[in-house]
Amino acid sequence: MKEKIQLQTPSQTIGPYFAYGLTPEQYNYDFPSLVDGNMVKNVHGNEVITITGIVYDGHGNPIDDAMLELWQNDGEHKRFGRYGTGTDKNNAFTFTTIKPKPIDGNAPFINVILFMRGQLLHSYTRIYFSDEVALNATDETLRSIPEERRETVVAKKEGESYVFNIHMQGDKETVFFKL
Amino acid sequence: MSSILNTGFDPEVQPPYLDTAYKSTILRAPSKPLIMPKKSLSDTTGPLFKDFNLGSLDHDLTKNAIKIAEPLGERIVVHGKVTNEKGQPIPHTLIEIWQANSAGRYVHKVDQHAAPIDPNFLGTGRCITDAEGNYKFYTIKPGAYPWGNHPNAWRPAHIHLSLFGNQISSRLITQMYFPNDPLFKYDPIFNAVPPKGRDLLVSTFDLNLTEPSFALGYRFNIVLRGHNATPFENQ
Ligand SMILES: [Fe+2]
Repeated sequence: MKEKIQLQTPSQTIGPYFAYGLTPEQYNYDFPSLVDGNMVKNVHGNEVITITGIVYDGHGNPIDDAMLELWQNDGEHKRFGRYGTGTDKNNAFTFTTIKPKPIDGNAPFINVILFMRGQLLHSYTRIYFSDEVALNATDETLRSIPEERRETVVAKKEGESYVFNIHMQGDKETVFFKL
Repeated sequence: MSSILNTGFDPEVQPPYLDTAYKSTILRAPSKPLIMPKKSLSDTTGPLFKDFNLGSLDHDLTKNAIKIAEPLGERIVVHGKVTNEKGQPIPHTLIEIWQANSAGRYVHKVDQHAAPIDPNFLGTGRCITDAEGNYKFYTIKPGAYPWGNHPNAWRPAHIHLSLFGNQISSRLITQMYFPNDPLFKYDPIFNAVPPKGRDLLVSTFDLNLTEPSFALGYRFNIVLRGHNATPFENQ
């Protein structure tokens, strides 16, 4: 059978009003959430990590209507989380998870899918970890990023949490990936 | 490794990050070139929600938020098929739905449009495709609503849809429109899509899907990025 190539359905913005549909419980709407920022519902103990950050626009202002999705799969554990930036007073997002294991000697990372009003297409980035110095130094993807931009995708360990701020534009613009 | 082939975003049908007619893109579009990563297992897989139990009324927005009576507006049923770029169906995949009510008002607290909230309509739901990739949900036809992009700016009536497919590169958030909307030509979000892609966002009215004395039928097929070398093989 000859297969016809179908055109992709075009992407459209998530818009400003996604919260009661996609993150209802976080925003106190009366509809059960599919997922939230807690990616380790059945896990306790000191391997649980927190990742927090703020998404900044091209003027350096925090974005209060972005939605982030985190996905990780190290072959052993698959985890997915979702969080909107409209409920915290500083417009921060917070996820709790477990650091994925390195695969094939590459540095561990978590995929980020980022949506917001003002994005017609979502963007992809990755969260690497500042305390994985040795693996980060040899990681093929990190090494393919110009050195001065590399740290934009490395979450910094500060006390008990990892801080991962996202800058859409400017000197500190986060590296976004083509997936 | 996965046998799913990744075809990338098709620039002939996909909108760009930056479109100055849609003003919010100006400070939010990435400005530097995207970087091609070395693909890892997590890039070629994605959440599948196999364990998630839908509520029995999740697919029926005309009933899932009733407080005292039926919501106001024109009842519709939307049917469609979700496939990949080779036309292979994507079975058992989740679709999340949100929209304004028949007056063009969102329940969202940020929406300040002076149109009435319908106490019996939340405007959100979910459904899952069947073994052949087909889905169906019931709702109320949403109204057009004004927004602040430019003077007298109005969004054409639309339903927001969110899909995952089988890997994170097939992730899609889109909007389904209704045929022959006179607002299309004035809407920068719709027109950010290249001309070749615009029709793909517009549902078609279908009398065969229309349920007598109950709901008007519309069809909206969805094509997600990528295709399998071997159908149905995943993870
Ligand atoms: Fe909308």
